[in-house]
Amino acid sequence: MWQTIRRWFDPQEMRSVGRTPDYRFSLANERTFLAWLRTGLALIAGGLAAAQFLPPLPVRHLREAIAIALLLLGGAVAVRAVDHWSRTERAIRLGEELPASRFPAVLALAVGVGSLLLVAAVLVRAIGEW
Amino acid sequence: MTGDGGLQAERTRLAWRRTLLALTVVTVLTVRQAVTGGPTGVLLAGVAVLGWGATLALCWGRATRGALRTGTRPVPLTALATAGYALLGALLVLRGMW
Repeated sequence: MWQTIRRWFDPQEMRSVGRTPDYRFSLANERTFLAWLRTGLALIAGGLAAAQFLPPLPVRHLREAIAIALLLLGGAVAVRAVDHWSRTERAIRLGEELPASRFPAVLALAVGVGSLLLVAAVLVRAIGEW
Repeated sequence: MTGDGGLQAERTRLAWRRTLLALTVVTVLTVRQAVTGGPTGVLLAGVAVLGWGATLALCWGRATRGALRTGTRPVPLTALATAGYALLGALLVLRGMW
């Protein structure tokens, strides 16, 4: 684990493996990382917005729970983004297969299920008031 | 040799700028969340602003001049800063519940 974390931060170590690829590949890898980072930042902004702009919800602390879930999800996306960037860079330098990942599917499912739960909550409340 | 007229580098610079802009929005929201809670809140807001300044200073070169080398420190450090904002935000939301 420490070895992995050291790889994220050590440019020398990364440049020591394999051969330097066409710089456009490295730049594309970096842009993919940045797109993931913005996804994480959007989740964090969403969590902070939920905490600050939602009215208190009928279920106690539900607002805070939504906010904290979004914030932690955003942090996880950022950490996973740098790990994936580092492993992809290695694979490009070594001419290996790019690392496969289930993370995008898991994230998409989590966001989808979360939205459905909120839709259900809104509907239940609307029917209850009606 | 590459014949793309530096377009890839340009796109990467713009991607860095968008990311730093998103980071700025998150900083504003974090400060807004923090300042509601007394002196500790102001202190944590200061931490958020310092983190923003440090990240911006660190990434400025990549957002304006770009870089053609792989394995550079702005990448992991920006990710670390983002994870830090997530934890700080969760802490602030938890604190607001009491």
